[in-house]
Amino acid sequence: MVGGEIMSKLTIPQEEIMSSGHLGCQGCGATIAMRYMLKVFGRKTMLTFPACCWSVIDGPWPYSAVSVPLFHTAFETAAIAASGIKSGLDAFGKKDINVIAWAGDGGTFDIGIQAISGAAERNDNILYIVYDNEAYMNTGIQRSSATPWGAWTTTTPVNNPKNRPKKDLVEIIAAHRVPYTATASIAYPEDFIKKLEKAKNIEGFKLIHIFAPCPTGWKMPPDLTVKVARLAVQTRIFPIYEVENGVSYKLNFNPKKFVPVDEYLKLQGRFRHLKEDGYKFIQKNVEYEWELLKKKVETFK
Amino acid sequence: MEALDGNSAIAEAIKQIEPDVVVSYPQSPSILILEAIALFIANGEMDSEFLNVESDYSAMSTCIGVASSGGRVFTATASQGLALMHEALFIASSLRLPIVIGVTNRTLAAPINFNADHSDSMAQRDSGWIQIFSENSQEAYDNIIQAFKIAENKDVRTPVMVGIDSVVTSNLCENIHIQKNEEILEFENKSNPTYSVLDIENPKTVGSLCASDYFFEHKMNQNNGIENSRKVIKNVGKEFGDRFNRYYGYFETYELEDAEYAVILMSSSAGTAKKAVDEMRKRGEKVGLLKLRVFRPFPYKELRESLSNLKSIAVLDRVLTPGTYGGPLFIETMAALYNLDKRPLVYPYIYGLGGRDITLKHIENIFDDMKMAFDNGKGIPEIKYINLRE
Repeated sequence: MVGGEIMSKLTIPQEEIMSSGHLGCQGCGATIAMRYMLKVFGRKTMLTFPACCWSVIDGPWPYSAVSVPLFHTAFETAAIAASGIKSGLDAFGKKDINVIAWAGDGGTFDIGIQAISGAAERNDNILYIVYDNEAYMNTGIQRSSATPWGAWTTTTPVNNPKNRPKKDLVEIIAAHRVPYTATASIAYPEDFIKKLEKAKNIEGFKLIHIFAPCPTGWKMPPDLTVKVARLAVQTRIFPIYEVENGVSYKLNFNPKKFVPVDEYLKLQGRFRHLKEDGYKFIQKNVEYEWELLKKKVETFK
Repeated sequence: MEALDGNSAIAEAIKQIEPDVVVSYPQSPSILILEAIALFIANGEMDSEFLNVESDYSAMSTCIGVASSGGRVFTATASQGLALMHEALFIASSLRLPIVIGVTNRTLAAPINFNADHSDSMAQRDSGWIQIFSENSQEAYDNIIQAFKIAENKDVRTPVMVGIDSVVTSNLCENIHIQKNEEILEFENKSNPTYSVLDIENPKTVGSLCASDYFFEHKMNQNNGIENSRKVIKNVGKEFGDRFNRYYGYFETYELEDAEYAVILMSSSAGTAKKAVDEMRKRGEKVGLLKLRVFRPFPYKELRESLSNLKSIAVLDRVLTPGTYGGPLFIETMAALYNLDKRPLVYPYIYGLGGRDITLKHIENIFDDMKMAFDNGKGIPEIKYINLRE
């Protein structure tokens, strides 16, 4: 680890609510994220999944890899289905059940964003978690608005890779002035767990954006999942930070030295076509975004 | 008696039923139902949660969420709104969620039009929902009251959409009977235990991945729900009649017993058709009417019994389904009758698109045409369009 602020030690519950035997690919970051999430939230939890990798990972009927009630819903409706379930539970006075929408980046950044915006604007008392693998992986690696600049996908082939930056979801959600928005990474479970615990105790709309690499879609060996996720943070390609009430920013990882972006990019086949000028462009952009983020942190302490 | 338009009649029924949640997204003219309910809740006249959402699609998805956690829920929509709900409607019916919605039947764009036809509901005819159509405000009120009882029946557990014609029914006042609150509560029997598919004590996965090994069986289970509704719709209609003296079945027949020629249609035009039948009966013509109330499940057996002895019938569809031989009501009626040894000749008519008027004269002409065609032994009936510029 490069000089980061080491997170303080905490106890992770031993109980496994997610079981083995699921249908995730080897090295799937989304399953790591789910495992930690369920450890924090426990059994008094209901999940909604839109179409996403997890709608398959969970397993075919009558099997399920998670031992909590789970509602599979349509692609664009993870947030609103969760809001509806929450309203139904409220009507029966079951106030102590956590309702969590669990969705991929396509179902969040693209097709689902209208319903998320609606739930955020109403400040519905749900937690929305997006596990971000930076493309539509379940349908076979297509570009989403979470795909980063320069990446190959099947719909952005190497001769015409994505030429727009990743959509800034956290800023969009923070602009709704909701109680809590945060990014997290599967490479930093202590930080992720703390954020989940924080979200658990906040009334209103919460969103956690968890970075979850996909070896299949990123064209890399499955044993690199955690390493690549860590490098994304260390290079500042994916900074981990949190925003309270839409204005109060806090960086959760702010080391003195940073890793150059090519160390992250060169491990992944999806960036293989990039040349030196591509790395430079990404490096410049990362530094620009970092400065912007730091200004927000300083301005809105 | 109270003077209420169709929208207010539905709102009145919802006030008495008091669902746990009412979901709102504006469409014309169904939003008037939701505005009225918002006011009832704000004034403390009913105790439901009112949720404003950001699209029709989210409105239906909220209904799905509420119903999944065991709550009773209502929303209203029309036209484009129902079309936008399309995908979610299938999820609601597949998961056997007893949602009730009011639909002010309005045509679909383009071009934009706010008036009545059945394009919106007919586009959802294979969505697995029970579809009930209302002639007037009284039926709108009565059908909503019955819809919850049908939807929530444990053998049915299938969502219901109740249609009223946009503008002509939704926005025009008529005198109607409103039952007392306690009568409705007794009829609805709200204390029925509701069923939650998301039970924290017994965790289940709902709507999960299912391959070819079990998918077919799941769909047949869904089909059992709507098939079971046939009996329940009948029983609920009778019980409603026994209590409130207004009886309901799959359809209403009017002067059909000894008729030789009949018109079949749905919703508000039935009033005009009844008057046309009266006029022609005065002249000794043996004509009658069948007003279909329940389009899904389609009462094909009962229609056979009621229609097989006629010489010919005209089926009037208030929807254009481009490229088909007649509208959905015609096609389904034909399918119901075809295997009978003795069956009437069936004529397809399309009428009333985007609120285009249908008058007494038009309906009388249909009867005259049918009669003439039958007497002259003319061949296969072709589609005719009523009150359309040449």
